[in-house]
Amino acid sequence: MGYAFDFSFLDEYWPDLLNGVWLTLGMTVASVLPGFVLGTLCAVGRLYGPPYVQRAVTFYVEAIRNTPLIIQVFWLFFGLAVLGAKIGPFPAAVIALVVNVGAYTAEIMRAGFRSIPKGQIEAAHCLALTPTQALWSVQLPQAVERVYPALVSQFVLMMLATAIMSQISAEELTGVAYMIQSFTFRGFEVYLVIAVIYLAMASLLRLTLMGVAHVSFPRLRRLGTPL
Amino acid sequence: MLGLTIEQIAYLFRGAGWTIVLSLLGFVGGTLLGLPVALGRASKSRLLRFASGVLVQLVQGIPLPVIMFVVYFGISIAGFDVPALVAAGVAMTLYSGAYLGEIWKGCILAVPRTQWEAGECLALTKTQRFIFVILPQALRIAVPPTVGFLVQIVKNTSYSVVINFFDLTYSAKVINNATYKPFTVFTIAALIYFAICFPMSLLASRFDRRLHRS
Repeated sequence: MGYAFDFSFLDEYWPDLLNGVWLTLGMTVASVLPGFVLGTLCAVGRLYGPPYVQRAVTFYVEAIRNTPLIIQVFWLFFGLAVLGAKIGPFPAAVIALVVNVGAYTAEIMRAGFRSIPKGQIEAAHCLALTPTQALWSVQLPQAVERVYPALVSQFVLMMLATAIMSQISAEELTGVAYMIQSFTFRGFEVYLVIAVIYLAMASLLRLTLMGVAHVSFPRLRRLGTPL
Repeated sequence: MLGLTIEQIAYLFRGAGWTIVLSLLGFVGGTLLGLPVALGRASKSRLLRFASGVLVQLVQGIPLPVIMFVVYFGISIAGFDVPALVAAGVAMTLYSGAYLGEIWKGCILAVPRTQWEAGECLALTKTQRFIFVILPQALRIAVPPTVGFLVQIVKNTSYSVVINFFDLTYSAKVINNATYKPFTVFTIAALIYFAICFPMSLLASRFDRRLHRS
């Protein structure tokens, strides 16, 4: 093959890579909580809401889950630009990620709510909790506890999906890599380096979210199984 | 029509055709790679489990667009000048092979252990046991998640836009740049994707329900 690997671009461009990492992590962190809240609201709406809410949520979930993220991003970003709404690439990326991950979270949380034994809800009624109270303090914690590993995987996937946001000129890690390779013509090495960075970030995010679970589900930690 | 000419709409459908071609490539390649990965992940040999596990962890921890770039530049520094279709096909093969391998590993392990033991009692060899006892049962379990994953494959071919492969997303981008009608163009593109993916999603959940009923 006779190809000489050359990683010397790292000397000059590591601050740019670091900026890319920050932007990628920033997008991810900014999207996780709103995405989770949106998804949970949709799951509740689809399970317990009036019929028109159920239909609306089903439409939203199926529309998002059966089209690629990148089309959703283009639709939002270029569409808003035509409407005259001036919105930067970063907020556009975060909105698209929240809308996207919300649909997946809704399905995961719906499965979580449905897997709770009936006895738990009946017990809540017997304790004279209102339906809202039962939902908030009995069903929600148990549902989250049960589907937490699936949620973690979904949010890691979302972090990886931010790699296309450079298509709307949000200069996250992949965008930075493209910039570097166009200056140095070391495309293979650049993308190998950021592949390693993404691997590290995926592990980091997974470990962090698992750590959050360790702190927030003390009962699960003691017993080892969900209720 | 909708402010687009017939040629422009036809251009979008040409892109959709290449999306389907790339999806098929990804699925066929993914199957060829996924089978050994699944067998490796479910095997007793520690080395095989480790090697296939590393591949799965790598692919699941790196964004698909980055895999596309690595393959694209990797092939070109190896001295081959290949069209983007080959690079995208190889990347999709890696991607779907890792995920399908992980899905199918679960299906193989989901067959009860007693089935292996019963096969052993009937004096079947290891290979016979796997092919005639385990595989047919694992296949039944594997159908719903595999059809479901097809949807992922079709959607994720859209990432090949980063290496300028001419698929539906790319053609939509081009038409949008030419006409500046993003809502129309991307809604049509989304509808085409939806028309490909939604029937498969429905099929997957129907298979799933049938499996759980039996």
